[in-house]
Amino acid sequence: MQHVWIVLGVLFVLLNIAAGLIWVERRMLAMWQDRLGPNRAGPLGILIVLADTLKLFFKEDWIPPFADKWVFIVAPAVVVGSVLMSFVIIPFTPQIIVSDLNVGILFFLAMSSLGVYSIVLGGWASNNKYSLLGAMRGASQMIAYEVFMGLSLMGVVMLTGSFKLGDIVNAQKDMWFVVKQPLGLILFFIAGIAETHRLPFDIPEAESELVAGYHSEYSGMKFGMFFIGEYLGITLISAVTVAMFFGGWLGWSFLPPWAWFFLKTFVFILFFILLRASLPRPRYDQLMETGWKILLPLALANLMITGAVALLVRG
Amino acid sequence: MTILIDNKSYTVKAGKNLLEACLTLGLDLPYFCWHPAMGSVGACRQCAVKVFKDENDTKGRLVMSCMETVTEGLRLSIEDKTAKAFREQVIEWLMTNHPHDCPVCDEGGACHLQDMTVMTGHDYRRYNFKKRTYTNQYLGPLINHEMNRCIQCYRCVRYYRDYAGGDDLNVFAAHNHVYFGREKDGVLQSPFSGNLSEVCPTGVFTDKTLKEHYTRKWDLTMAPSVCNHCSVGCNTIAAERYGELRCMLNRYNGDVNGYFLCDRGRFGYEFVNSENRIKQALIRNRTNEAATEDEIMEHLQPLISVNKLVGIGSPRASLESNFALMQLVGKENFYQGISEDEAHLNRLVVEMLFSGCVHSASLKDIEQADAVLVMGEDIWNTAPMLALAVRQAVVKTAASQASQEIKIPVWLDSAIKELTQEEKGFLATLTVTTSPVDDIATHSWHAAPDDLARLGFAIASYLQPGKINNTNFSEELLNRAKTIGDALKKAKNPVVITGISCYNDNVIKAAFDVAVALSTSDRKTGFCCVMTECNSMGLAMMEAPSFSVANENIKTNGHATAVILENDIYKHVTSNLADEFFNSCDHVIALDALHNATTEKAQVLLPAATFADGDGTLVNNEGRAQRFFQVIPNTTSQVQESWRWLRKLQSLKLHTLNGHALHPDDLLREMEIALPQFKDIASVSLKHDFTIHGEKIPRAPHRYSGRTAILANKNVSEPKPFNDEDSPLSFTMEGYKGTPPSGVVPFFWSPGWNSVQSVNKYQDETNGALRGGNPGLLLFKEKIDNKDLFFNDVPESFVAAKDRWLLLPKLDALGSGELSSYSAALKTLSPQPFAIMSPGSLLALEAKEGDMLQIMDAGIVYGSLPVKADENLCDGVVLVTAGLRESIGMSWGARVQIGK
Amino acid sequence: MFSHIRTIWLTFLHLFKRHVTIQYPEEKIKLRPRWRGRIVLTKDPDGGERCVGCYLCAVACPVDCIALQATEDENGRRYPEFFRINFSRCIFCGYCEDACPTYAIQLIPDFEMAEYNRQNLVFEKEDLLINSQGKYPGYNFYKVAGMNAGVKEKGEGENEDAPVDIHSLMP
Repeated sequence: MQHVWIVLGVLFVLLNIAAGLIWVERRMLAMWQDRLGPNRAGPLGILIVLADTLKLFFKEDWIPPFADKWVFIVAPAVVVGSVLMSFVIIPFTPQIIVSDLNVGILFFLAMSSLGVYSIVLGGWASNNKYSLLGAMRGASQMIAYEVFMGLSLMGVVMLTGSFKLGDIVNAQKDMWFVVKQPLGLILFFIAGIAETHRLPFDIPEAESELVAGYHSEYSGMKFGMFFIGEYLGITLISAVTVAMFFGGWLGWSFLPPWAWFFLKTFVFILFFILLRASLPRPRYDQLMETGWKILLPLALANLMITGAVALLVRG
Repeated sequence: MTILIDNKSYTVKAGKNLLEACLTLGLDLPYFCWHPAMGSVGACRQCAVKVFKDENDTKGRLVMSCMETVTEGLRLSIEDKTAKAFREQVIEWLMTNHPHDCPVCDEGGACHLQDMTVMTGHDYRRYNFKKRTYTNQYLGPLINHEMNRCIQCYRCVRYYRDYAGGDDLNVFAAHNHVYFGREKDGVLQSPFSGNLSEVCPTGVFTDKTLKEHYTRKWDLTMAPSVCNHCSVGCNTIAAERYGELRCMLNRYNGDVNGYFLCDRGRFGYEFVNSENRIKQALIRNRTNEAATEDEIMEHLQPLISVNKLVGIGSPRASLESNFALMQLVGKENFYQGISEDEAHLNRLVVEMLFSGCVHSASLKDIEQADAVLVMGEDIWNTAPMLALAVRQAVVKTAASQASQEIKIPVWLDSAIKELTQEEKGFLATLTVTTSPVDDIATHSWHAAPDDLARLGFAIASYLQPGKINNTNFSEELLNRAKTIGDALKKAKNPVVITGISCYNDNVIKAAFDVAVALSTSDRKTGFCCVMTECNSMGLAMMEAPSFSVANENIKTNGHATAVILENDIYKHVTSNLADEFFNSCDHVIALDALHNATTEKAQVLLPAATFADGDGTLVNNEGRAQRFFQVIPNTTSQVQESWRWLRKLQSLKLHTLNGHALHPDDLLREMEIALPQFKDIASVSLKHDFTIHGEKIPRAPHRYSGRTAILANKNVSEPKPFNDEDSPLSFTMEGYKGTPPSGVVPFFWSPGWNSVQSVNKYQDETNGALRGGNPGLLLFKEKIDNKDLFFNDVPESFVAAKDRWLLLPKLDALGSGELSSYSAALKTLSPQPFAIMSPGSLLALEAKEGDMLQIMDAGIVYGSLPVKADENLCDGVVLVTAGLRESIGMSWGARVQIGK
Repeated sequence: MFSHIRTIWLTFLHLFKRHVTIQYPEEKIKLRPRWRGRIVLTKDPDGGERCVGCYLCAVACPVDCIALQATEDENGRRYPEFFRINFSRCIFCGYCEDACPTYAIQLIPDFEMAEYNRQNLVFEKEDLLINSQGKYPGYNFYKVAGMNAGVKEKGEGENEDAPVDIHSLMP
């Protein structure tokens, strides 16, 4: 019974965070650009969340006549589904975790890889050249960054000796892994941005080139699903970063563990938004080049050095 | 000849001046006083260029390019610094007194002075003293005078006096106070005064009728049109704005009207906007007479399909409309809507021209003739442009003789004038009474038509002795014949002009005989016969019986529906004949543009398009078929071309659904098959789907303004532009931007040349043909060796009867014209109806000048007219004004009774 | 790489800067006299319409949203019979004002022209004409133009000599 509550609780909190991010992102972007952002609906404009959601609900739910109807409908569900599944292994506190799988990290990697299906299927089903181009870019970007995303986390796994996230957090009691694995963090975070295709790596959307990329043809709540999926993705990457490198729920005792976790996660979410506010989008070929030619070798090097050091220390 | 301009070599034609050569080559060189039709005087100093002695000469000398003949190897520079500075300074001086009123000047936007100022680069005023001013004059309802704008180029007086032969416009005062105007306020007397608005390089003389509803040139939607106020068929540009016809401009055609139009043609357009226009289809004798097109069709269905139809064609309707009527009613039921007398004469003319024995003379041929014989026709009043052409022939003959004698180029206008003085080429006018053309005639004689014919036959007999059987001519007549015959024999390009306004076939036959007798292998003789209406020739060529025959038929057979096409029967035949016809018809369907006596008789009245809101083809008296194009887009009103109405009726009759669009060229193609005499008529203009690189030719200039506001008061969402499916022209400003084919030039414009002077960019050479050939399709071909047709019926001499008078029409250059008489400006200049008789006749009637006379013919009383005496008119003839708005059909050529 | 981090940092610092947003309906910006907003037609110092119907504004308009028809009163003074601006097309570029030779058409600093119905954005002469000289006081075109349109006789304008006596032959 407790599991059911945890599942429902996690789901409730996550969906609210995702919705709340609508407001947070707009306000923060505005602040960083010396503007005010949405401030009309409700106190500080917080009701924009409601307004925006209602708007999405009431928009015409259009399926283009030329689209592959069923795939077109399924695609947005896949992204939300796969991201939510990833949250299964996130330890919010020692108690609040849906399932502390012993292949935790691998499960997360597997689920986040599934997310790409939504992009590819959505772009394909739209039967629109821009959507298809977006989907193709999304797929190749995922493949390129997926690889070293996994590799960059292996350093931490090596140091802990476990794939379980609970164990990983507990292993940081003395020192956060950010100190031992700074390169791992940087690589993981870059891969995370690419994985969620957030700016500056929003190549599959690239509105200045591809209208709106893979979701050009989407409107109403189907578009809303992609939208929510993206915010959930941000939250997921932030949460995993916190769990892997910043000690998860660990913190001084004046705050409860869950508060520490959320606080840390929130900082990373803000960092995502700050990146959007400050960095321009790279060219597609530059993105691929960086992925394959710089970041992948770096990840391998990081793995090798970590392995060597671990052997030396134990040895 | 090769000349070098700015070190580039060009080939030019010998005998031209440098300005003409430069303009022909497409180079921009400013000028004011030079005009292609009037030659050079070198007065304005604007066209200065530098001429160099040889390749080593770097200094060169400034010359006025319009005064310098082209010579082989000549080196000149337009771009030379000194020449440019000189030209700019000349403009600066001209502008010292030019007022600051371009915004309220009608010339603005189509102003030669503006163009030339920009071309020379003058842009800053350094002159700080006061400007000279003038008071203006009232010059009548056609031309507005604003003397402040004058730049003293003298073009107006050179045109008005030297070219058009007017004498009431002149130059007054001296030095920098020179004034161009009349001696005192008053209406300009010349019927060619309208051209002043195009001749004047700035806004001194402007079109007063345009001022009523002023629109700048860049805002006008323009289309190539053909004047429909007389049989000459001058090419015009019709210009529209806000659904209203705004003005008529000259459209250069090297073979027809050149650079000028007569006032009837230029100002006669106003009838299109008149209150008298029919814009609504009517079914009469019911409570609500206005009917929609569907109602009309429903109403006409039984009438058209059951009843016998009789079609009355029209000499002022297009070929397409007449042909569509012929198709609707059947060839056997199609009649010309003119009297038997006129139809007979028209048939005769067609027969003559078809025989190919003579060359049908164009206006250009007449201008270039070296001897002209006018027989029986008062061309000044029936075809004014013909009179202007005759004047040029007379003046130019003298000029070219003079220039040959002492080697002065013909274009060196003032030198030639000085040399020729009053010398004129040969012109003989043999007419019923005096005409302004007599002033320049070498020989004029006024007599009754039969006597004129006798003189004609005598001349023919003198030229080719033995061909005329009857040689019973008086001594005096033979002497006259000898004088005229000798002069004609000397000529290389003589022209014989006659016309039908004498209502006497002998006059035309005699003129024809003279022309045939003159035609020899070394002498190119032209023959020209003036007709009454713009498409009289086209209608006559359809070879249908006259209205009188229609009346007889309907009287004997009865029960018929008459379809009357754009024709006021009451103007063509006597009222009793017309009444009789309408009384024997079961139903009358009339199509017309203006309300008139005939449309009153119609039970069903359909609004027909005028030349401005429809497409069609007209054949002028030369036999030149010319296409005119719609200029007023028709989006809401029921007005449509008669041929379109008639085609709809035909599909009603044949129970076919007329689903496909019908184009004028399709009709002409059918016409080629049905009437072989109109061979190739479909090639008169480009096909309706003609495009250049997929683009139509725009009717509006590229700076056309207000597109998103014109109709915004009705609906803020702009409607789609009116789509013209009948012609290669479009109703927008989008489309092909280059020079269009010569027949579909909607306006003359070239970068930097906003005024009408830009026509030089459209010509092969100055004064030459339009690029791609002058438009128009000639339907008569001269057959060189065929001289079979010759007439031998010399009439008896005219004898004045005691109580019978020969009734002949007296037309008026401005007042006559069935349509143009509804133009407000011309109406004010139109005379009131009157009659003219000789003093002898008046004596016989015991009447005096100013008395009211009643003219009666076979029991019809034509009403009372004031009578004027004319000493030059022979006894026994009465002339009555014709073609005025008040005029009615009379039995012209008949002997009538006159009572007091 | 460093420049990226610097960019991120500088952007972050903007969190502590004052915002530049003006809360429009409550707060209003001060508009300069030359601000290009709504178009008006002005009158000359004598209260006559300045517009002479020369069509230069219409031809200068890049979106062709001005249509007018010139007409004349009994003195020969030109004025527009109708003058229509379709503000739903107007881009407030001010070319019409530049083109106007009589200072008649002027753009004023009023931009609050929103309408629920697009048709209401079509302004006729009655809506455009104001009882003021606008930005250029004291100018009357007919005083400097050469022609006599009931404002001044020939030769009485600024910088004009008395009309020429054409009967005189004096130098």
